[in-house]
This record gives sequence, C-alpha cells and structure tokens, in this order.
Amino acid sequence: MSVSYDTVVIGAGHNGLVTAAYLARAGHKVLVLEQRDVVGGAASTEEVFPGFKVDTGAHRLGGLSSTVVNDLGLARHGLELIDSEATAFVPVLGGTPLTLWRDPRKTAEAIREISATDADAWVPFTELIGKAASFLEAAWTSTPPDVTGNDLGDLFATAKLGLKLRRLGKRDMVEVMRILPMSVYELLGEWFESDLVKGAIAASAVTGLCQGPMAGGTVYTLLHHHVGAGAGVIRPTRRVRGGVGRLADALVTACKQAGAEVRTGASVESILVEGDTAVGVLVDRAEIRAQRVVSSADPRRTFFELMEPSEMTPEFARKMGNIRYRGVCAKVHLALSGLPDFTCQPGAGDHLKGVISISPSLEYVERAFDAAKYGRISQRPYLEASIPSLSDASVAPDGKHLMSILFQYAPYSLRDGAWDDAASAKLGDLAVETLAEYAPNLASLIEARHVLTPLDLKRDFGLAEGNIYHGEMTLDQLLFMRPVPGASRYRAPVKGLYLCGAGTHPGGGVTGVPGFNAAREILKD
Amino acid sequence: MSASRYDAIIVGGGHNGLVTAAYLASARKKVLVLEKRHVLGGAAVTEEINPGFKYSVCSYVVSLLRPEIIRDLELPKHGLQILPLESTFTPLPNGDYLARWGDHDQTRREIYRHSPRDADAYDDFGKLMYQLAVAVKPILAMVPPDPTSMSPKDLMGFLRLGKHFRGLGHEQFHALHKLMTMSSADYLDEWFETEALKATMSSSGIIGTFLGPRSPGTAYVLLHHYMGEIDGAMRAWGFVKGGTGSVSESIASAAREHGAEILTEAGVAQVAVKNGKATGVVLDDGREYTASVVVSGLDPKRTFLDLVDANSLPDDFVRDIERFKIRGSSGKVNLSLSELPNFTSKPGVGPLHKGAVSISPSIDYLERAYDEAKYGDFSSRPYMDIIMPSMIDAGMAPPGKHVMSIFVQYAPSDLRGGWDETKREAFGDAVVDTLAQYAPNLPEAILHRQVLTPWDIDRDMGLTDGNIFHGELSLHQLFCMRPTVGHADYTTPVRGYYQAGSGTHPGGGVTGASGRLAALKILKEAL
Amino acid sequence: MLRTTPFHSRIAPLNLAQNWRRWSGYLAASAYEFHHNREYWAIRNSAAMIDVSPLYKYGIEGPDAERLLDRVVTRDVTKCELHQVFYTPWCDDDGKVMDDGTLTRLADDSFRLTSAEPNLRWLQDNALGMNVGIRDISDDLAALALQGPNARRILHDAADGAADDLRFFRLTKGEIGGVPVEITRTGYTGDLGYEIWTDPANAEALWDGLMEAGDKHRILPAGMLALDVARVEAGLILISVDYVPAHQAVIEGRKSSPFELGLGWTVKLGGNWFVGRDALIAEKERGPEWEFRGLDVSWDSLEALYGEVGLPPQLPSEGWRTSVPVYSGNTQVGYATSGCWSPLLKKYIALAHIQSQYAGIGTNLRVEVTVEHYRKKAAARVVETQFFNPERKRSNPSVADEVPA
Repeated sequence: MSVSYDTVVIGAGHNGLVTAAYLARAGHKVLVLEQRDVVGGAASTEEVFPGFKVDTGAHRLGGLSSTVVNDLGLARHGLELIDSEATAFVPVLGGTPLTLWRDPRKTAEAIREISATDADAWVPFTELIGKAASFLEAAWTSTPPDVTGNDLGDLFATAKLGLKLRRLGKRDMVEVMRILPMSVYELLGEWFESDLVKGAIAASAVTGLCQGPMAGGTVYTLLHHHVGAGAGVIRPTRRVRGGVGRLADALVTACKQAGAEVRTGASVESILVEGDTAVGVLVDRAEIRAQRVVSSADPRRTFFELMEPSEMTPEFARKMGNIRYRGVCAKVHLALSGLPDFTCQPGAGDHLKGVISISPSLEYVERAFDAAKYGRISQRPYLEASIPSLSDASVAPDGKHLMSILFQYAPYSLRDGAWDDAASAKLGDLAVETLAEYAPNLASLIEARHVLTPLDLKRDFGLAEGNIYHGEMTLDQLLFMRPVPGASRYRAPVKGLYLCGAGTHPGGGVTGVPGFNAAREILKD
Repeated sequence: MSASRYDAIIVGGGHNGLVTAAYLASARKKVLVLEKRHVLGGAAVTEEINPGFKYSVCSYVVSLLRPEIIRDLELPKHGLQILPLESTFTPLPNGDYLARWGDHDQTRREIYRHSPRDADAYDDFGKLMYQLAVAVKPILAMVPPDPTSMSPKDLMGFLRLGKHFRGLGHEQFHALHKLMTMSSADYLDEWFETEALKATMSSSGIIGTFLGPRSPGTAYVLLHHYMGEIDGAMRAWGFVKGGTGSVSESIASAAREHGAEILTEAGVAQVAVKNGKATGVVLDDGREYTASVVVSGLDPKRTFLDLVDANSLPDDFVRDIERFKIRGSSGKVNLSLSELPNFTSKPGVGPLHKGAVSISPSIDYLERAYDEAKYGDFSSRPYMDIIMPSMIDAGMAPPGKHVMSIFVQYAPSDLRGGWDETKREAFGDAVVDTLAQYAPNLPEAILHRQVLTPWDIDRDMGLTDGNIFHGELSLHQLFCMRPTVGHADYTTPVRGYYQAGSGTHPGGGVTGASGRLAALKILKEAL
Repeated sequence: MLRTTPFHSRIAPLNLAQNWRRWSGYLAASAYEFHHNREYWAIRNSAAMIDVSPLYKYGIEGPDAERLLDRVVTRDVTKCELHQVFYTPWCDDDGKVMDDGTLTRLADDSFRLTSAEPNLRWLQDNALGMNVGIRDISDDLAALALQGPNARRILHDAADGAADDLRFFRLTKGEIGGVPVEITRTGYTGDLGYEIWTDPANAEALWDGLMEAGDKHRILPAGMLALDVARVEAGLILISVDYVPAHQAVIEGRKSSPFELGLGWTVKLGGNWFVGRDALIAEKERGPEWEFRGLDVSWDSLEALYGEVGLPPQLPSEGWRTSVPVYSGNTQVGYATSGCWSPLLKKYIALAHIQSQYAGIGTNLRVEVTVEHYRKKAAARVVETQFFNPERKRSNPSVADEVPA
C-alpha cells in the first residue's frame, strides 16, 4: 500500500460525504471509507423488500443546509426535495383528529374544530418557534466558541451570537432565553389547552431523546428539530425523491467530480496513531496512510473502538465515556398492499402525506417514556409513521405502499431481557397493533415487515447504543460541550484526527452542518 | 389610624419580610410589618399544635441562612442558635443503610462499604462542588442585572458576570455548564454507582421543583450542600433551637430593637396605588396605613395578582406573573411520638436519630414517586426527609416523648379531583405506611399527627399552591428571570412597591437573602 | 459507624493512655502511654509494632496488569522484578501527585498496590480497554509494621527464619503464629523494618506471634506519634500533610509535582507513556519551581532566641504538622510542613517546600519559631530530607552475625 492520501474520511454517512466533498473541492486527495455496501449511513435507502426503496434509518430530513446543497450543486447531481403540505397527522381513537399543515393559518383552522383558543394561539406560537429556531440557526453554522479562552475571534463570535439574540427584540430575546431550558410540557401549557394539540407538538420535542415531554430542556430539542423548517412550519416533513439515500448518492457524485474516492465495503478496523499523531487507518489489515483522518463515526466508535482508550488521557477518556447515548428509537418498515384507512378520518388524502404521529396527548407520550425510564419497551408507544409512496411513487411498486415507522420508546439497554429475535418481533407487533387501533385495516395490508431494534441500529449503522443522533441532544451535550469539551471544535486531542459526524456541533439530524463546519475547520489548519 | 406615616410597610411577617424590616429599621427607618396570622414567620414557624409538642410546622431545617444576616442583625443575641445536623441516614429496603456523617473520613469509609469506586470519586466530586460553589457564590449575593436593559449599570453587571465566568477556566466552566443543564441523576451517574448515595444526594435537586431526578435542570441544587462550607459553616444543614419559628422570632426581635412595629392578625387586603406609586396599604378590617415604600414578602402571585389592582400593572407583566410556575409539589407531616422509630436496618437508638433520615433508596424510587405526581396523584411511596427535633433540642417535646418532622414529596397542588380532608389523611397514611416499612414500630408510637398538603400550605400559610419556595426553582425562573425579567431586582412596575420574598433571586429556603438584598436595594434608591 | 482494625482487640487493652486518633476512617492509637517517647525509642533501639491496616490496597491481575500500572505510576514498572516492591507516586494529567504508595509484583501478571486514599476509580478508568482485573482488597488484608533494629531477630524467631535473607524492598512468604503471612522489607520509619500482611481473620494470631517472639527483643506496640517523629527523621513525606493530593486540591497552588516533593528519582521519563508524563517532561525542562528539602534548625540560633527572654529552647515534644514560614533574609521563600525534635539526632528538624533558587543544599535560611508568644526567625540550613539513614535499613548481614545462637 504505497498510496497515500491527504485525507481519509471514515464513514460515508451524509456528514462524512459533505466534509469529503468540500475537502476534495479544496484540492485534497480524499478517500472515503464506508463499511457498508451502501452509502448514506443512517440516511440510507435500501431495497429491504423487492421493489420497495426503504429509508432504513432517517425517513425525513432535518434542517438540511441550503448552503451545502448549493455549494455542492446537489440538485444537479439528482437531489430533489419534497415538502408535503401536511406535516403531521395526529389520529385519535374518538373525536376529531388533527392535521398540521405547512401553512399555519390552515393549521389554525384545523385546530378551531378542537379549540378556538388554541386556534387563536397557533400562529403566534409558530412565530415564537420560528424566531427561536432562527436564533439557533445562527449558532449552527459557526464553530462553537471557546468561551473561557482569550482568542479574540472567539470572543467576537460569542458577542455576535449575543447580538443576534438581542436583535430579536427585547421581549422575544427574553422569551427565547426563558423557554430554552423549559419542558415542552410547561411551554405548551402556557399556550394551549387541547391535549391533542399538545401531543402533536410534544412528540417532536422528544424524538431520539431518552426523556419525556415533561423533562426540562425538551423545548430546546423541539427547537432543534425546527431549524430551517421555514416560517410557521411545525413538525417539518421533508423527504428526498427516490428515498433519503439519494442525498448520499448526490453527495458521492459531488465527491467524485471533485476527485475524491469513495470506497464501500471497506471497514476501518482502527485509526493508526504514531506518537501523538494520527497517520492513517487500518482497513482489512492493510494500512492506508494519510495526512489526516476525519471520522464521521460517533465519538464512542471513534475513540473507544477505532482507537485504544489508552491512547487518551484518563480525563479525556472519562469525558468520552460520560457522553450519554441511550438510544430509544426502533424502526419498523412495512410493505403494504394498499393504504391504511384511519377510522377518525377515512380514506386517502393529503393529510397522510406528512407523518402520522401517534401522540394523541402529551400525557400519552410521557407515559410511553415512563417505560423506557425503567428499561422497558413502551407498551403504548409514540410512533411516527411515514408513507413516502404517497408523495413519491418511485419508492414502491405500482399500487403498493411503503410505511416507515419510528418507534419510541425502545430503550437500547433493556433491564430484563435482550434485543433478540423475539423482542424484535414483539416490537414489530406492538407497532402494528398500535397503529391498527387507529387504522384497523393495516394488519391485512402488510405484505412484509422489517424491524430494526436499537441493537440493529448499532450493528447496521454503527450507532452507539442505537442513538440516531450520535449522542443525546440535550443542553449539556451541545455547542462547546459536543461531543466533549476539548474536542468540540472538530479537532480530536490526537493531532491529525478530526470529527465531522452528528456527534459534533450542531448535532443530529440530516442537516450536513457538522460536516460543513468540520471541513471549514480542517481547511483552516 | 392613618395618622402615623411610615417609611416602609412590609406585607407579610415571613422570615424574608422580617429581614427586610430589620435592615430598614436598623438604617433608622420607620417600619411597620403586617402579618395576617397570629404568629410571625410565615412558613418558618413553630407551633404547639399538640400541647407539649412543638412542630416546626412548615420549614424544618435551615440550610443557608446567610451568615451576614446573622452577624449584621446579631441574631444569636436575639436567641438564634443553629444546631448542626451531623448526619444523613438512608435506610434501604434490603435491610442495609447508607449513612453520611460529619466526619469526612468516616463518611468515605461508609461509602467505601457500598462501593470502593465511589469512595474514590467522593473527594474529586467534593472538590469540584466546592470550586463551583465558590464560583457561584458572588451571583447569589448580587442584585440580578436586567438583560434587556441598556443602562450602564445593567450592562456592567453582565460584563462583570461574563468576566467572572471566563475567569473560571475551562474545567470549571464546563462543569458548571453541565451542572446547570443536567439532571441530578445523570450528573451523579458520571461519578457514583451506589444507588442510595445518588438518590439521597439528588433528592436536594428535586425539592421545590416539579421534576424527577432524571429531568434536566435538577443538578445544580447539588451545589447547595457545599455552599455552607464556603460560608465558614462546615455543614450546610442545621436545626434551629426552638424550631424554625425561632429564626423568625429572633429576626423580629432584632427588628423591634431597632424600632420596627410588628402587627399580627393584620392581613393586608390591598396595596394602595396612586398615580402609579404605592402609597400604603388597606387591611382586611379596613384599617389603612400610609408609607413611602411598600414591600411585599409574599410570593409573586399574591404580590401582584392579589394585592395590586391589575390596572396598575402592564399587561405583559401580568402575563409573566400569571405564567410564573408555582406548582406545589410537597407536603409536610408532623408527628408526636411516644418513642423513637426503631429502624430495622440499624436497630436501637443511635446517632442517626440526631441527624436527618432520608427515604430515598434509589433513583428509581424517586422517579416512581414523581411518576404518580405528574399524572395528578400524590406519591404512594414518597421521598421523605425526616428529622427528630426533640433529639437535638429536648424542649421540643415532653420528657421521653418525641416530635418528628417529615418533609414529603411529591404531593401535587393540582391533585386530580382536588384536595380534601379525606385525601389529606390518605396522604398522611401513605407517609406513615411507607415509614413503617423501615421502622415498623412507628405507627404504634404516634400520639398525634398533623398533615399539611399543598392545599393546606396555601390556605394556612399563604403560599400560593403550597409552593414552599414561592415559585419553582427551575432554570428559567432563576437569577434575572426570578420572578420575571426586568423586575428581578426587587422592584415592581409600581413605584414605591418592592418585593422581598423567596419568589425573587436567589429564592428558596430559609436564607433571608432575598429580604436582605431587597432592603439594600430599597435603602439605595428609595429611602 | 466507627471502624476498628482487625488488631483492635489486641491494641485496645494495651492503649493505657486511651489516646486515639482518626486515620482514614479508622480508630488508630496515637500513643499507648502518656508519652510516646518509649515507643519512639523502640523504633530506633529495639523494635516497634505499628498497625497499618487502614491503608487502601488493590490487587491488580491479568495480562495487562503491568501495562496498567506502568501507565498509572511514575516508575518504570517493567523493571519491577518478581517479589520486588517499588515505592512510587502517581500523578494526574497535569503531572501533579495524587497519591503515593508501594507496588509489589506478586507474580508475572499480578501486583499489589497500597495507597493512602481510595484509588479504585482512577485505576479502573485508566484500565479502559485493558485485559486486567482490579480488586479492592483493603478489607481483605490486615497489615502490621515491625520496625527497628531488632526486627530481623524477632522475625527470625517468629517466622522461623523465613525473612532472614529478605532484601530491602522485597517480599517473601512465611508463617507467624501459625498463620500464613507475606512479609515485605518496607516501612515508614527509615529503619530496619518489615511490613507483614495477612488475612484479617489471622490478625490476632499474627499479633500474638510477634509479641511473643518479640518480648525478649523488647518489642513495643507503637502509635502514630512515635511513627511521625521517625518518618520526619527519615525524610518520608505524608499525604495531606506534606502535600495535598491533586484530586483534593481546590486551587492549583496546592498541587505538587513529584519533582517538587523530592520524588524526581521515581519519575521515568525515558520509558513508556504514563499519566502526567508530558507535563513532567515540560517541567523537567524548565526546572521545577519548588524543591522539597530538609531544614536543620540551628541550635545556637534557637538558644540565642530563647536566651533573649531568659529561657532555654522550648521545643515541642511531638512532631508538628502545621505550615511554618521559611525565609531568606526577610523574604518568605517557602514553608515547612512537618517538623520535630529528633531525640536521636538531638536536632530540631523540619521538612519544607523551598523555592528552587533558595533550595541549594547548604543554603542558609530562616524558619519561623514562636518564642514566648512572639514570632522570631531561627537560622536553618537546607539539607537533604533524610536526616537519619542507618546502614541497617538496607544492609543484609548474614543471619549468623545478626542472630545470636
């Protein structure tokens, strides 16, 4: 192996590919190594069932950076985004269901059937969320400042953020500061009276989080999921035509055009460290040497599996070990012979084009979490189901439909038992049974079923504890704390080793921002 | 009656109001304190509900009564004597126990008995907490600046804060960030593995909040235990000789010595406001008093929504106060006992009876207690913090008999279906029942029982929704947000009307800090 | 609750003065009589028996045991031979001392570490990814120090000669009082001495066996006061007295590196990486700020100072553990942390942290003494920390020479 690279990127998840593309465009000789046979990582599309293009991990995008899309010409490379008019449909067992729409006024009208006060509160509420999310957005694209350092640039960056906050106006600034650490339960209590409205919003605040909506800090998570959502949009549901994996495909094309090499089926066994410097990686027992190594894997995998813990100081290893993952999500994919029919709102319709959220009340979601708290699977889970075939016929054979279900809470660490086949099947049954309460015909439509437990998410995608965000998105694991202080600026304590995955600022979701920020920092060095 | 005009009228003779009164009086101001009840102290009272047995009805320990107040007001001269609570004893369902003692090495060996690893972590943890307590202390002692204000004073305040935090250095800054944003359970998980230790430590983080120990925002109260140390007192928790009422009485005595007048059974109906300025008060019985300054020691809801005509306040402000979180989450049970509880895990009478007993065997136990409360029930197996005052101060009960103070969480103020006498007694039964699991002789030993639910605390003590801290101590209700941005500096939108209760920074507990800072602010700008 | 050591049943009746102190959560004898003098002289003149059970002990076993310890402690553990004992400190990332203790290689892949403070978490966290078992065996081992010139003779009788040829800082096994023991030639007195380790269930038998064998060699149980004088004479540092362990120091200034504690000889900068190595290399390059030194306080000076008020020197009869300022001229250049009147050397001595530029051996400094309520400065000379270092401590005379038939 005499070939040497400027940069080796571990993992062809979307963040790894974003970094690779930017570095290649800056003239680096880049090699991307992906252990799986498909690219995209946790945002892959795979033909789990013949003829069905299944988003096995993420089934919708987060606030995908438009800068990245434009810079890398992703539209040219085949990326087509679909924003459905409906964002979320929240069915009920009796009474009126609720559909949230991209247009807040339309949503307000929908809510009016449930509560007039809540209908009036809706638009101002979305405005608050929009303002707060736009403030977060400003923080997203900058490298977390070193608050205690003496670097003038850092002070400037901090001051700039402060200014941005002030520019929101006095009342809004205070409001954003006030709500960030609150529980979404408290926030929604200030705005709404209807359980259904609260349940519809609250679910979005706990996605991927081992907390219930009554826990402090869940307002932050809610806002995180609304960065880049667009004015007035609650529970943004953005898909990629052909499946979320087409994003990775477009990125690969961008990489290749810029001269980067992307190798799949190449599992990195370890990061080579000589002295205190990363000098390459070991793949299939062969060394690939490079000036620098960039890992898009999560911090645990990067530091504890690809490296020897003894290559770190004990204090750093302690901090790494303290990162909370606690995956609580499972995925269930269904190949359907037809559309499920919801009793509360029968027939097909635009309302099904967003996600279907089984979260009839905030308390329902909180109770679902209670199980996870004690290491058990929710018997009445919060589900987020997506039927992409409704807005994109290409993902399923003619006349058939595909349903992707995010199941929460399914704790990675079960207190009794393990994630064996029986538990996996049980989880699949639970998901179907729960949905079938609202759409009784569902069971009869199922042609095939595929379940990914948190353990599968770990095995298949390499996600530590099955956490879809490479570490919980909580206030203590953000900004200069992500993944840990001392490595929050995309640089590991080992020279020549960088991080670019969701475990770094600003965190999880299909956004491309960590990869973008990392590339910028690498190019600075 | 309105002949005499005062410099300041203090509404509410709770400990904070009395502190304000004493400071103002000692600055030679003419001060009148008006207390609705027949006793002073508000939530810090001692009452002989059962003849011969003295209950610290509500507050039962003092954690952080500001030493400067004790010094400035010469409270020991007025009878204040704080006796240290040396130990915390946590009985466990498996028949074992965890004890923490006054002596560091002894405590460490006890922790070592449960986990040698935790014994190692204990000192590192203590060091960090101590450092962070030092870092936080100046904040507790300052009048919070207004983040929306462009006044040089407020900007300087934030600049000073910024400098202060930057000065901490990486490690401490990050540790503080974690402490402020994490759950106490997660924070302690990073250090310890002994469930009883984590649960007992984290219990301080849930007191006064409506959160479970696994909810973010509960970790920072862990610092409280270390705050005492940097004030020169080796241990943070103490029991006041004569019961907590003695704190109030000693402060009242100091205030009187400086000339303050104190009236009991003088409930204030309304603060009189003329042209946007407070001019005095009107009592329930129609009496009127005028003053240059009116100070409320009551909680923000009562201070603004009850005492003042809403028309005198800006709408935004009223909305802020309306959504100020003040859910009550705790109750109190006071017992007269014929004998001391005999704990199965440590039979007999021993030093443990002179300290606190904590029913907090595991984080899960606390979480389960919380689970019931969040859906509107009281905990059937609650968290309890217990002391037996008669073991420290013999005067609290007749010879050979004892009193027991039990702080109980969770008891939601908005109990499903509302509180009534039956539910109150059911709540009392749950407490006794739970305790009996650890000390089976307890039920038989009970001579008298007083149960206080948030409903009673609201009604009897005048604490809205029975919240013992005048408002939840959650992150978004601290410092410059307590009770609301723009008026976290003890002022109100009404000129001449001030707030001095626990609903202001730093709030919570029998500290007197709010009352003192309010007095200093008033002296500086109004009198 | 109050903890007592496995020897308590024997110690308690002998502690005539009922003079106890706390040691790491245990009850420990300060002195058995009203004055510790006889116990001190037993250490220096015959033999003393000191209960050292409150030490923390760890058993470290497995293929990576050596690797782990080599990573944690400052010494080169690869050089530790079978049944050899190393004295060593260990540091945090910043090269500041956290604790010190002894490390014994019991087998190729098995070690025992003793320490003053709990260290399990630190060891475990350093062992991440290693194939090694770490057991806290503090409660599984009772320990007794047998110290003094007659120690070898007593052991010869008590352990049937098992330790006759035991070299300095080595371990052997044997039987005392009918119970199996491990014997290391180690101690905290700077004299000929041994430490004997056994199962707590055998503690009383061990005690009785030694007392019986020691009787004719004038063995005495000794407490902490006598030990304190002996260890100052020997220049041995004491945690939380002469240095603050790094993980307890609330401010940086309280921490010390091994170089600043006179333990530079334990730091192997050439070998494998260990925790704190980078910081220590940097410190070595720029030279440590502080040195740890002995101070030999001038008797003439003391006589002169006390003479001014018409008194002969009045020196404390016990060792002291307070911080005492040390001056060069009138500028404070350091502080002494332990000191005592040495009954053997007839000197007033102290162990002190001195700023490096004033720490040259032979430098004349001044140390604060309180003479009849007034603070004065007595002349003192900077010396090596080992005030007393007898040949017998490490020598290996043949048994025939040592033990009369």
